[in-house]
Amino acid sequence: MWKAEGVGAVEVEGLTFSFGITPVLRGLDLVVERGSTLTIFGPNGAGKTTLLKVLAGLLVPTQGSVRIEGMDAMKTPTALRRLIGLISHQTYLYPQLTGRENLEFYGRMYRVADPRREARSMLEQMGLATVMDREVNTYSRGMQQRLSIARALLHRPRVLLLDEPFTGLDHQARGSLASLLGTVGDEERTVIMATHDIDEGLGLSDRVAVLVRGKLALETGAPPWERAAFLARYRETVAGDGGDASSGSGDGGGGSEGGGGSGDDRSGDGGSGDGGPAARGEVPPA
Amino acid sequence: MRTALGLVWTIAWKDLRCELRAAGGIITMVLLGFLVVLVFSFCLESAARESASARSGILWAAFLFPGLVAVGRSFEGEKEVQCLEGLLLCPVDRSLIYLGKLLSSTILCWGSGLVVLVFFTALYNVGLGWEWPALLGIMLLLAAGLSAVGTLAAAVTVGVQARGALLSVLVLPLLVPLLVAAARCSVVLLGSEPWSGLGLWPVLMAIYDVVFVAVGIAIFEFVVE
Repeated sequence: MWKAEGVGAVEVEGLTFSFGITPVLRGLDLVVERGSTLTIFGPNGAGKTTLLKVLAGLLVPTQGSVRIEGMDAMKTPTALRRLIGLISHQTYLYPQLTGRENLEFYGRMYRVADPRREARSMLEQMGLATVMDREVNTYSRGMQQRLSIARALLHRPRVLLLDEPFTGLDHQARGSLASLLGTVGDEERTVIMATHDIDEGLGLSDRVAVLVRGKLALETGAPPWERAAFLARYRETVAGDGGDASSGSGDGGGGSEGGGGSGDDRSGDGGSGDGGPAARGEVPPA
Repeated sequence: MRTALGLVWTIAWKDLRCELRAAGGIITMVLLGFLVVLVFSFCLESAARESASARSGILWAAFLFPGLVAVGRSFEGEKEVQCLEGLLLCPVDRSLIYLGKLLSSTILCWGSGLVVLVFFTALYNVGLGWEWPALLGIMLLLAAGLSAVGTLAAAVTVGVQARGALLSVLVLPLLVPLLVAAARCSVVLLGSEPWSGLGLWPVLMAIYDVVFVAVGIAIFEFVVE
């Protein structure tokens, strides 16, 4: 179990979730410190999206407890949703409404004090002020994703959940999204991101974890990480899990930190010996 | 209370604006109503066309099918644009989402019914005087009942294949009491009979609406989860 120093903004204990008889999350324990950014990697079907949906209150756990900012997700689900912002590869935007109308709608739903003013302010911050009165179905994918970030941040959530936020974006849009996400964190906001994108994931995080078959199988300490070392560790963890992902709890400070690896080290090392996903900046399959 | 009503209206306003801008759904509904009215006008003998009972049946058939399209779209539209999760993420009581959807469906059903009614009165040469507002009132009660049941059923079937057919199968049996009451009322109104003939049928319709709205509020959260 990941035990961070300080106050846990997100505390998950014994979390189990099943779709019918198929278990997806299997007794997952996690504590994420307030103000920190955690990136969760893992192969397809590991349960990353399900975990974020449970944290967001969209799915009800089969067993276990989820506490966000001290609030029990089972007892106060409506109040808890106010603390959460979710950015997904689905934008949750209405294509027939304009950018401004979308934000004003969500602003009213989240009971933002002055939704019109806040919407305009967010649109300006995201560089969408000139197109705010155009219907969203005329926006490019990158513009929609920026508007989606504005939607998720409009009510100033304490916990921001990011589910594959880079999916479907071109290189330029990925770069601008990464720089936007780099600026959304503040001392109080906790960010949890699930992604396959190793460069962006490592670059934006304070901590990383690997989820395999519904359990945390690897947790690492503070950055900077050396990309090749992390990839090797990731592959070893996922391949060696063999269906029992209980290995993570002992890793603590994480051997993947790779000493003096700077952010620059992450580019072009190809250290995995894998010309496929790793070369594309994605974590490789198990 | 005021905040809750504001949220209900916010959801309904959003749905109506999306429907008006997409236009396809509304055009389908109105055309479907026109077609039903038109097909019956070809089929019926002139004597039968004068019958208040036959007219009543045609009117509610022409109202019902577009109404089913309207309630089906209340959640299908959210699913199409992948916004249902975004809506469920909002920190509002789920029953307010149900009421917002119910309100927008009722307005759509009633609005399309109004257009169909105008076409119906012109084609069948129905002379309506003071019966107009009464007929619109009955139509509103039917629209509310159809939306109360249909919105709930649409939430149940949103992730199911062939949900259109399934929606009809779920909704139509439950609507029988409401349709019988609406038909009784319209026979009196279209036949220019004394209004005392309405009896307690409108009251029955109102009770049906209240009961099903209450049921919807109570179980909607369970349904969407």
